[in-house]
Formats: sequence, structure tokens, C-alpha cells
Amino acid sequence: MRRSKETAAIVTYGDHEVITPENKLRGAVTKVAAGGDNEDPVARAEKALAKLSPEFDSWMDSECDRLDKARRDLLTDFNPANKEALFHAAHDIKGEAATFGYPALAVAAESLCRLIEHTPEATHIPPRLVDQHVDAVRAIYREYAKSDAKKLAARLTKRLREVTDDFLMQKNRNRPEVLEQLGGPSIVPE
Amino acid sequence: MVRIDFNRLRFLVIDDNAHMRRILRTLLHGFGAREVYEAEDGAAGLEAFTHYIPDIVITDWAMPIFDGLELMQMIRQPGANANPYVAIIMLTGHSEKKRVTAARDAGVTEFLAKPISAKGLYQRIINVVANPRPFIKTKTYFGPDRRRNTNSNYIGPERRKGGKADVIRQTPLLEKARAPV
Repeated sequence: MRRSKETAAIVTYGDHEVITPENKLRGAVTKVAAGGDNEDPVARAEKALAKLSPEFDSWMDSECDRLDKARRDLLTDFNPANKEALFHAAHDIKGEAATFGYPALAVAAESLCRLIEHTPEATHIPPRLVDQHVDAVRAIYREYAKSDAKKLAARLTKRLREVTDDFLMQKNRNRPEVLEQLGGPSIVPE
Repeated sequence: MVRIDFNRLRFLVIDDNAHMRRILRTLLHGFGAREVYEAEDGAAGLEAFTHYIPDIVITDWAMPIFDGLELMQMIRQPGANANPYVAIIMLTGHSEKKRVTAARDAGVTEFLAKPISAKGLYQRIINVVANPRPFIKTKTYFGPDRRRNTNSNYIGPERRKGGKADVIRQTPLLEKARAPV
């Protein structure tokens, strides 16, 4: 065993090294007896997030506007930068919508991400389907407070996803690796 | 049971979305962290990493200039920067198995799929601080040991030559990513 300048213990084997770096974070760990810690950092963080939550409506609003602008830019000029911008706007909504209190938006946004990511050639992305996704996201957001909005959103996004998946399956019928991805489960728990 | 003194840790948050950076900062301060630095793309993230030498990097995947995966590959260069062993938590909206595998193979320490939760983030931080894994260096890989546990049902060849590495029993990354929080 030898030690590097970075004080890592290095054990060399036939074709690899196992390096145990100095644990510089050890000083931040304290062992406490079970039940001996009244602090709950997770609850504290959740409370801090709750204080921030009055901002979430306007944040969601600005993300929907961003998506709409990206859609208009792409449909005006179908170039890679505009395609990337639309994907990015949808991808951000997919990741943030639940945190902002609008989980139903994430499903439509995810479907749009799949459409953009898995259509083999960008110019083959159907503008009408892009429009339908963006309009769905905006409509769900606008109507979110209504009592039946989530049920309608679920029906709408289910149908959008079906149409999108049919299209993608058809377009990727000769690309088994993509078909496997399209059929694979998401790692995000339901 | 362990408690983490967050005020002894320095965080770098890299995400091009200002809302997400604000959420992360809020959560980290809520945990008790004082030192939280931010960068809004991969290039600024690399610069901030060199400048601040954080203990833990929390990075998004999809970012302009270069993305979180490319950033990670630049950090995981032995001898090229101040701390190639830094703990890196990939926080991303990508939720497909191939993404988890790609992140693992680029040297990620932990993977956290959005939507973010305080509990999920806290668990990842606890893990990187309290249960650090050894690093493996081969011709094609440098990063935390990807073997988190031993599989008694594995019947393939031993790919590592010349001996077996220590293995810290931990939940496989994909299983962790799938577990509800």
C-alpha cells in the first residue's frame, strides 16, 4: 500500500487501483444514540421550503411562458438551438412542477420531452403534436384550481402520451435500443 | 445513527434554472448549511469548483455550454484539479435507467431524480458524508466504486483482474433512484 500526495491509500491490483481517499468530511459526522437527537433537519428544511412556496405560482407561470415562447420560436425557425430550448423548457417543467404544487403538468411535459428526444430527425417532429403538448401544459396550469381539473388533466395527458408513443414506436421501429428505452420504466416512483 | 454538522460542509450547486438553485439553497440552509455557492452552467460550475473547493457538488444534468455529465468527467481527472474525489450528487429531471447508468459510469457519487424532496436530498448527503466509498481507477474509469454490494447469484466472469476490491454494502444506485422517498 502506498500513499499519494493527496493522502489517499492506494492498493494496486492487476488492472485496477483501489483508492481510499482521506475522508475530509468525517469531522462533520457525529454519532448520536437512537432517540437522542431532537433535531430534525428534514422538517426544518421542509418548513423553510414552505416559507418559499408563495413564490411558486409565479415561478410556474414564468416556466409556462418560457415553454410557450420556445414553442413559437421552434415553429417559426426549426433549428437545433430552438429545439434544444423547447426540450429544456419542457424538461424543467417536468422536474419542477410537482415541487411547485402542479404535479399534473409534469406528465404532459415529460411526454413532450420524449417526443423531442426520441424523434429520429428533428424536422420530423410533428408541429401539431408540439402545439397540443404546449397547449395542454398551459391549459392544465390555467385551470388547476378547478375541482375537476386534475381528472381532466389525467385524461388529456394519457391521450397525448398514447399518440406520442404510437408516433415514436412507428418512427423508431428499426431502432431496437430506442424501442427498449421507450418501453422501459421511469425511475421516478408513481 | 449519525448527525451531520452541515455548517462544516461547503456546497456548490450547479443548475441553470434559477428557481431550482433557490430551492436547493433553501433546503441546504434549512439543513443547517452556511456555505452554499452557486453556478448557472457547467463552465461556471467548473470555475467555481476550482475556486471554492467544495465538499459536495450538487449538479443538474441538462445545462448549457457543457452539461452535468461533462462537468463530472472534468472533475474526475486524477491530478488535474484540487479534489477529483469530491462527492457529486446528480440532481436531474432525467428519469430513465440508461441515464442512471451513464451517470454512474461517469463517476457520480449519488443520483437524485426530480422532483426534489428534502428527505431525498438529505439521505443522499448523509450517505456521501457518512458512508464514503473507495475510488476505483482503471484504464477506462475513475470514480467511486460502482459495486455497492456483492451479488451471490452473479455467474459472469470477474472483470477485475488481480484480486477483489473491498465492497461496501449499499443499495444499488438504480434501486435507490427508484425507491419512494
